[in-house]
Amino acid sequence: MKMVTAIIQPKRLSDVREALSEIEVTGITATEVKGFGRQKGHTELYRGAEFVVEFLPKVKLEIAITDEQLEQVIETIIKACKINGGKIGDGKIFVSSLEQVIRIRTGETDLEAV
Amino acid sequence: MENQILELQYAMDTFYFLVMGALVMWMAAGFSMLEAGLVRSKNTAEILTKNIGLFAIACTMYMIYGYDVMYGGGIFLSGISGQGETYSNASDFYFQVVFVATSMSIVSGAVAERMKLFAFFAFAVIFTTVIYPLEGSWTWGGASVFGLYSLSDFGFYDFAGSGIVHMAGASAALAGVLLLGARKGKYDKDGKSMPILGANLPLATLGTFILWMGWFGFNGGSVLAMASKESADAVAMVFVNTNAAAAGGVIAALLFAKLWFGKADLTMTLNGALAGLVAITAGPDTPSVLVATLIGAVGGILVVLSIVWLDRKLRIDDPVGAISVHGVVGLWGLLAVPLTNSDVTFTGQLVGAGTIFIWVFVASGVVWFALKTVMGIRVTKEDEDEGADISECGLEAYPEFVTK
Repeated sequence: MKMVTAIIQPKRLSDVREALSEIEVTGITATEVKGFGRQKGHTELYRGAEFVVEFLPKVKLEIAITDEQLEQVIETIIKACKINGGKIGDGKIFVSSLEQVIRIRTGETDLEAV
Repeated sequence: MENQILELQYAMDTFYFLVMGALVMWMAAGFSMLEAGLVRSKNTAEILTKNIGLFAIACTMYMIYGYDVMYGGGIFLSGISGQGETYSNASDFYFQVVFVATSMSIVSGAVAERMKLFAFFAFAVIFTTVIYPLEGSWTWGGASVFGLYSLSDFGFYDFAGSGIVHMAGASAALAGVLLLGARKGKYDKDGKSMPILGANLPLATLGTFILWMGWFGFNGGSVLAMASKESADAVAMVFVNTNAAAAGGVIAALLFAKLWFGKADLTMTLNGALAGLVAITAGPDTPSVLVATLIGAVGGILVVLSIVWLDRKLRIDDPVGAISVHGVVGLWGLLAVPLTNSDVTFTGQLVGAGTIFIWVFVASGVVWFALKTVMGIRVTKEDEDEGADISECGLEAYPEFVTK
């Protein structure tokens, strides 16, 4: 089992959710986060003074899946988030292995619970 | 028959006065929303408490003593009988008292986000009992300045209070801000100005529109009469000019900010509307509507220049731009009167403006300094970081922003 953690642009969230539903990913946890990577910040203007917003709003997705789903999930996220060749700030995907999954209601574990 | 017409006139003038007073009262809502929008969310409940508290203090102190200082009428209005000459005396008090509150409201925005709530209230007591009523007595009250000279001899003219109400409030604010200092984090170690963003621009915009509407009462009511053809014509002209000046202020500030900064700066545009209104307040009765628009437009440009100048050059931290809107543009409003009113001279306007500024600035400075010595006027650094909502009011305006 794998845990896919993806940092994406907030505006891509609904597209990603739809695309993942189509490939039968049954659960996603989304968190509003702030951070910066290569995009760094961007400049805004308030009362005539420019300032840099250093931490940009992003959405963090956490998706628990089986090993077999991994490749397709990654492709799907990239496809939904990389528009017109993509640009800096589109986000990043982290994959880690998942030791154990338990569904609270039934007590099912691992592959049955993912 | 003759008598009945006079009574009807009396009733109508009184009615008009009261309704206009109610419109001015509504400006307190405008100031509250404008200020709540331009501070950070952690200081919202405190600025709202300040606004409703100061309004009540102004009403009470002016009733107890302030009105007596300004116009006579006795402590607790004891000398006011119902019957006036052309309108009820009580309606005159009602119309005047909302002006005091307006002047005091101007102060709260400038000292926002860092002043102790009760130090502010203590100042409000003195300002609305003595400082404002005394300069009001020299101008609208017709009294001489400490028995030395009389502003009416110089031909000083301030129709609805660009100087008497607005510049006075700004002068008190300036004295307070100088003793209070800038908000924490407003200037970096090199003295560079760091923007501190207002939390809620829809509220600030709503506040501006409410003020714009209330201003029809402020200026329109200052005609003091409605029940004759002449006064109805005057009122209509004042309404039209007040509106035109606000529009001129918006357009000028919007275009000027766009040219200067490259973007349509919303908060500057809002300040432009208020600047247009402040600018026309000293003389909405004489200009043509075109000139009124231009007077407002000059105010709109001045306010943008002044806000940037105060913020970056003088390092005077005024979160809502009150000193620029009401002080700098208030002065412009006074000086614009002689352009269209031949009975008024620049000298007279300068003497009046100087008198108001020096008195209010010095007297307020003394009071602020005394408060600073006795009880302190500034919240602690820790409380400023935490927000005045928690330190002063014990609650947050938006508790659900933070998951508990």
